[in-house]
Amino acid sequence: MATTKHTLVALVTDKPGVLNRMASMFRRRGFNIESIAVGHSELPNLSRMTIVVDGTTTSVEQVRKQLDKVVDVVKVSDISGDAIISRELALIKVKATSSSRSEIIEIVDIFRASIVDVASDSVTIEVTGDEEKISSLFNLLRAFGIKEVARTGRIAMVRGEPGPLPMEEKTARAKRQK
Amino acid sequence: MKMTGAQILCESLVREGVEVIFGILGGSVLPLYDTLPQYPQLRHILVRHEQGAAHAADGYARATGKVGVCMATSGPGATNLVTGIANAYLDSVSIVAITGQVARPFIGKDAFQEIDITGITLPITKHNYLVLDAGSLAETVKEAFHLTRSGRPGPVLIDLPRDVQIEQAEFHYPSRVDLPGYKPTLQGHPAQIKKAAKLINEARQPLIIAGRGVIISGAYNELKELAERAQIPVVTTLLGISCFPESHVLSYGMLGMHGMAYANMAVAAADVLITIGMRFDDRATAKVSAFAPHAHIIHIDIDPAEIGKNVRVDVPIVGDVKVVLNALNKLIISTPHIDWIEQLDGWRREHPSIEIRDTEGLLPQFVICKIYEVTRGEAIIVTGVGQHQMWAAQHCCYDRPNSIISSGGLGTMGFGLPAAIGAKVGCPGDMVWLIDGDGSFQMTIQELATIVQDNIAVKIAIIHNSYLGMVRQWQELFYGKRYVATPLSGPDYVKIAEAYGLPGLRVTRKAEVIPAIQQAMDEPGPFLIDFVVEPEENVYPMVPPGAALAEVLEAPKEKAKVLSDSAKLSVSNI
Repeated sequence: MATTKHTLVALVTDKPGVLNRMASMFRRRGFNIESIAVGHSELPNLSRMTIVVDGTTTSVEQVRKQLDKVVDVVKVSDISGDAIISRELALIKVKATSSSRSEIIEIVDIFRASIVDVASDSVTIEVTGDEEKISSLFNLLRAFGIKEVARTGRIAMVRGEPGPLPMEEKTARAKRQK
Repeated sequence: MKMTGAQILCESLVREGVEVIFGILGGSVLPLYDTLPQYPQLRHILVRHEQGAAHAADGYARATGKVGVCMATSGPGATNLVTGIANAYLDSVSIVAITGQVARPFIGKDAFQEIDITGITLPITKHNYLVLDAGSLAETVKEAFHLTRSGRPGPVLIDLPRDVQIEQAEFHYPSRVDLPGYKPTLQGHPAQIKKAAKLINEARQPLIIAGRGVIISGAYNELKELAERAQIPVVTTLLGISCFPESHVLSYGMLGMHGMAYANMAVAAADVLITIGMRFDDRATAKVSAFAPHAHIIHIDIDPAEIGKNVRVDVPIVGDVKVVLNALNKLIISTPHIDWIEQLDGWRREHPSIEIRDTEGLLPQFVICKIYEVTRGEAIIVTGVGQHQMWAAQHCCYDRPNSIISSGGLGTMGFGLPAAIGAKVGCPGDMVWLIDGDGSFQMTIQELATIVQDNIAVKIAIIHNSYLGMVRQWQELFYGKRYVATPLSGPDYVKIAEAYGLPGLRVTRKAEVIPAIQQAMDEPGPFLIDFVVEPEENVYPMVPPGAALAEVLEAPKEKAKVLSDSAKLSVSNI
């Protein structure tokens, strides 16, 4: 069966070892994590993870169910089939001389990216967008000589309501926190 | 009231109804053991190796339906528990393992006897905890017991640093747990149950495959009602044995690699399979792509991740077996499947599967059969892993609910003796017979000291064939009879028994079997019988690895057929 990229969104309790438990499950079931991004969610004590993995739909569904069994995981959804907004942020440090700098700035403007640091021989660009946009910019900048790149990995959200955590659970959880 | 961490742990265990702890102490659990005498209601049984503690807790849990508790020190004590925890994980057994850990300031410093046991047991526990302050200990124990016994049971480990055991904290035992990420589904979806009922009511050749989930859920009556109402034949997995009385007219025994030929043929011919509390283990399904080719499959299980994991399912129902069957039974129309049952009975007559040859020498099957007869099926049978395990599964007629305890998923040799200890401690009024192989027995033989010290009246039958028999059988059938590393010597088991301080007897002839079993039963305490049996007897029927369920070998006369292409191709798939 053909494999495709899947975006999983998980809400997990903010406890030590949770990331380890999640990563361990992917390893155990034979998945390679393409990217993983973790940060606070809108709810206290809950973190939100966006995980991108490559796999067949049935095998990803199996790993999703296994992840759902991890006690610290409150909710995990495969949102690949939904209408989603997904973004990644990248910092790209490019070699820049006084002669090439203006050309770089032009490209950066077209991509609605911004220059966040300028040094004598380089500029650092911050860009946000989907992976395709970042890769396009990256390819254009390659001609100038890339010194360093850092990418956050994808974060994603379903458009409109409801989010991955049903509202009633959210409110119940929020009440308990009070 | 302020208490030490050790006292908080003991108070919490008492509140969870714990009566017995299997364990071995060591440096990192000294404060805990020092506190134990304050709680005489917590009986401690000293085992001789921590693996024995975990298996004993496992046997106790399976026999009683309560939570088994084992305890060990940090480092090697904790790592020795690992096999037992993995065994409980694969067979969904409720145990709580408590390990000592080095004091908090030493964690992460590679201190003496420090090991990351929560890291090690992460993939083999339902959940685990490293407790970093005594104030959170009561809540942790509450959660651990809730997790291990609810939903799909599984082991939970609590790692307790030495200084947390002596730290003072306010004790308050919570009345409920707050686990937003954990809500097992108990009620089956009504629409799915309706769909299942429709399939069953329209089936011409329905078959039930029942697993350990029926036992865990205590759904004996509900299963019986379903089978009887619609006249559906029942086969079980290895761990499902005794969830349905085997003398029942609708019982067709165990399926799988060493299942009854007619049970496997029934699976292959069924048009609707009702699979209940089982997980399609490869030893049960044989070649998955050829499993039940004509059947619509209904799968009832409490664990959503089991649905569709190995076998494609038509009607999944996630829920507690008992609750789901109660709802399902109301929708089932009484249907006599006369032709289908006649067909099965015909297969059973043609392929009796477990006939014992009349031989001069002592056959292992004969011994097991006699143990069953003399004990009149009233014993709890505990087994090790290997040929004797399969013969014990085949040659006793398990009518009493939950009357066999065996290591299924992990197939842990050495499980038998400590598990029998746990079963006997949990059910002192029951007769407990351990049927073990000489290979399996030698892996945890040291626990003989435990049964003597605590006078645990386990009856031990060693099926002694001087081989690692199951592996030898595979070498005979699939590796050109090259018996590499399977011939097995051992001690004189009667002298071993004597040396440990329990009575023992050797049996080499058929005529001695019944009197020996009788003598063992008459003895109030533990007793060991060394049954020296035919060394090269094989377990049949057998589905060769990689073959479909219906491709059953029924030898001995068919032995030559074994090296068929399908078998050869899949030897690597053991």
